[in-house]
Amino acid sequence: MSFRELIAFFEDSGVADSIRENDNLFPLIESIHVLAISLVVGSILAVDLRLLGLAWMTRPVSRVTNGILPLTWCAFIAAVVSGGLLFISNATKYLANGCFVAKMILIAIAGVNMLAFHLVGARDQPRWDNDIGPPLKARFAGGLSILLWIVVVTCGRWIGFTMRIR
Amino acid sequence: MTDSALVGLSKWLSATSLSSEIQTTRWIIPTLQTIHILGVAVLFSSVILVDLRVLRALLRDAPLAQVAQRFLPVIWPVLLVLLVSGSLLIIGEPRRSLLNATFYLKMALLLVAIVLTAGLQWSFASAFWQKWQGRHVVGRLAALLSILVWCGILFAGRWIAYTQVG
Repeated sequence: MSFRELIAFFEDSGVADSIRENDNLFPLIESIHVLAISLVVGSILAVDLRLLGLAWMTRPVSRVTNGILPLTWCAFIAAVVSGGLLFISNATKYLANGCFVAKMILIAIAGVNMLAFHLVGARDQPRWDNDIGPPLKARFAGGLSILLWIVVVTCGRWIGFTMRIR
Repeated sequence: MTDSALVGLSKWLSATSLSSEIQTTRWIIPTLQTIHILGVAVLFSSVILVDLRVLRALLRDAPLAQVAQRFLPVIWPVLLVLLVSGSLLIIGEPRRSLLNATFYLKMALLLVAIVLTAGLQWSFASAFWQKWQGRHVVGRLAALLSILVWCGILFAGRWIAYTQVG
């Protein structure tokens, strides 16, 4: 099955059809998506600010991270599911929209940034976990993450102005 | 205010030079909406993190007072950013909000949320509250209500786009 066939399969599905046809379903899913991305971005920001040494310095980095990231992941799953439903309702149009494609690429880059920091940068974290100002690599990862997520939200909002959904 | 007065206010607002500037410069409204949504992300996540801590669902190893001190004060400057960006959006498209019942629902919920959040913040500084036995039950109910009301604000905010007249 090619990528195009896969997209067509979802776009022609009953679920996608319902989201397109029902007047309330799209706004409802969109509201859930906004709620979820707000929590994703806001909670990641709280972690990034600690990595940058700008907020909640009385608490070790690992404790800020472990305390907040469960919320981030729950919200991220909700954002992916709701976003996925919005996507399949008009998949072809979304794929042709530059803002949508840019948003997906930027989320992937944010994921790589997080993974690289987790696997490489945070290897010696016990050494600086309590530091008020974490090392440059941690501040870099935190700063880049903030920038990426701001642009992700910007692209997301711009989709609504560059593409006619209904 | 009567409906016709609101129509008059909307007409007057859209005739101002600020409004026509916002209407005719294409990037202004998406930019304002992006700033607004980023503010929502910070404010909403901050409140939810405190509420979830009150409900003992997150950050259990951090004292409640510390979590509240980290996340509640930031709400007020962000709220100011939201009021300014929101007001500019209303000036740009007065009819979209001022003649829209969903907008007034959002504002009513916002008033409730502000009272709840200010009450929560005050309670951490209050000697009476610390000694009062009933604070756990009341605190949890208030946290639940706060989550519901803030979610309602986000839903209503997104729904404004779908309930505007004409």
